[in-house]
Amino acid sequence: MATLRLEIVTPEARTYSDDVDSVVIPGVEGELGILPQHVALMTQLLPGELRITKNGQETRLAVGEGFVEVTGEKVSVLTDMAVPELDIDEAAAEEAMRRAEEALKNEHLDEEGLAAAQAAMLKSLAQLRVKRRKQI
Amino acid sequence: MASLRDIRRRIKSVKNTAQITRAMQMVAASKMRKAQEAALSGRPYAELLNRVLVSLRDRVDSSMHPLLEKREVKHELVILLSTDKGLCGGLNTNLFREVLNFNADTTSFITVGRKGTQFLARTRRKVIADFALKDHPSFLETKTISKFAIEKFLGGEVDKVTVLFPLFVNTLTQRPTAIPLLPITSLEEAGLVHDGGTPAAPPEGGILFEPDAQSILDAIVPYYVHYELYQMLLGARASEHSARMVAMKSATDNAKQLVKDLTLEYNKARQASITTELLEISTAQLALG
Repeated sequence: MATLRLEIVTPEARTYSDDVDSVVIPGVEGELGILPQHVALMTQLLPGELRITKNGQETRLAVGEGFVEVTGEKVSVLTDMAVPELDIDEAAAEEAMRRAEEALKNEHLDEEGLAAAQAAMLKSLAQLRVKRRKQI
Repeated sequence: MASLRDIRRRIKSVKNTAQITRAMQMVAASKMRKAQEAALSGRPYAELLNRVLVSLRDRVDSSMHPLLEKREVKHELVILLSTDKGLCGGLNTNLFREVLNFNADTTSFITVGRKGTQFLARTRRKVIADFALKDHPSFLETKTISKFAIEKFLGGEVDKVTVLFPLFVNTLTQRPTAIPLLPITSLEEAGLVHDGGTPAAPPEGGILFEPDAQSILDAIVPYYVHYELYQMLLGARASEHSARMVAMKSATDNAKQLVKDLTLEYNKARQASITTELLEISTAQLALG
C-alpha cells in the first residue's frame, strides 16, 4: 500500500516526521482529509486540530497558522505551533488565552499588536479544543 | 632593564585584563549557547518554507505576485547585519570586506547594528535606514525591517534586495555571506544548500490551490520574506556571540602567557639585584679587611 510521508515543522523544531496512512488538516475551507496519492495541493492552515492515522491509531495535534503542501507521497505542514494532545498544558493555554483577551481590550493596539494578540488567542483556543474534546 | 616595580605593576594590570576577558568569555559562551540553539532549530523550517515556495514559484506565473518578479538590477539594496559592540575578533572586518564588492553608486544600505552604521558612514556609502535591535530579536521587530525592504522593492526604488550577514557555520567558523532576499530565490540558487533536500518535481496537471493561487501567494510570499530575514538575524546573532567567545578565549590565553613571561622576567631581575647586592657586600668586606 502506498504510504504518505508527513512532515510537520515549526520554527522551534521538526515536530513530526513519519510515514502515515492518512491525515486530516484544518484548512481555510474546512477540514481536509488527505490519503496517499492525493493530487498536488497547496493550501493555508488555520489554527485547529490535526489528526493523524497510522496503523489504525489516531494521534491528535493542536496546530497554529501556516501552510500545507501536498504532493503525491508527501505532506509538508509549516506552522507556527504544533503540540501533541498529550503535551498540551490546559492551565497554560487558559492563561495564554486570558492574556490575549486582555491585550485585545487594550485600545492603544496598533495593527501588528492586534494581529499578534488575535493569533495568540486562536492558538490557545485550538489547544483547548483538542484537549477537551475527549471529556465532552 | 625594567625595574622590579615596573614589572610588578605590569603583571598586575595584565592579570586584571585577563580577568575581564575571562568574564566576557563566560558571558559570551552562555549567550552563544542560546543563540546557536535558536538559530539551528529554526533551520529546517526555513528550508522547508523555501522549498515549498520555490516549487510554488516554478509552477505559477511570476507576474502573479510582484515580489516574485525579476527585474533588471539598476539599484540594489543591501541589508547589512553587523554587531552593536566590538571585541568579536574579525567578524565585522570580514563582513565589511564584502561590502566593498558592491557598487557604491547604485547600492544603498539598511543597517542593523552600530558597527555597520559606523563603517558605512566612514566609507561614505548611502544608508537609507538604520535599525537598532535588542539582543534577542523578536519576529515582530524584524518584521519592521523586512516590511521596509518590501516597500522599497515594490515602490520600484530598488530592483534587488540582498542580505549581507555572517552565516553561522559552527563556533569557530562564521562566513560572511550575501543572500538575495528579493525577488524570491531558492537556497540552491543562492549557493546555500544545507541538507540537499530534493526539490519536488512539478507534477503533471499542475497544482491545486485552495482557495486559489492568488490568495495563497499573497499570504505565503510576504510571510516568507519576513521569516527568512528573521532566521538570518538569528544566525548573525549566533555568529556574533560565537566569534566573541573565541576572541575572548584567545585574549585570556594570551594574557596568561604574558603573565608567565613577565613573572619569569621579574624573578630574573630580582635574582640579579640580589647577586649584585651580595657582590657589593663581599667587596666592601674585602676592602675593609
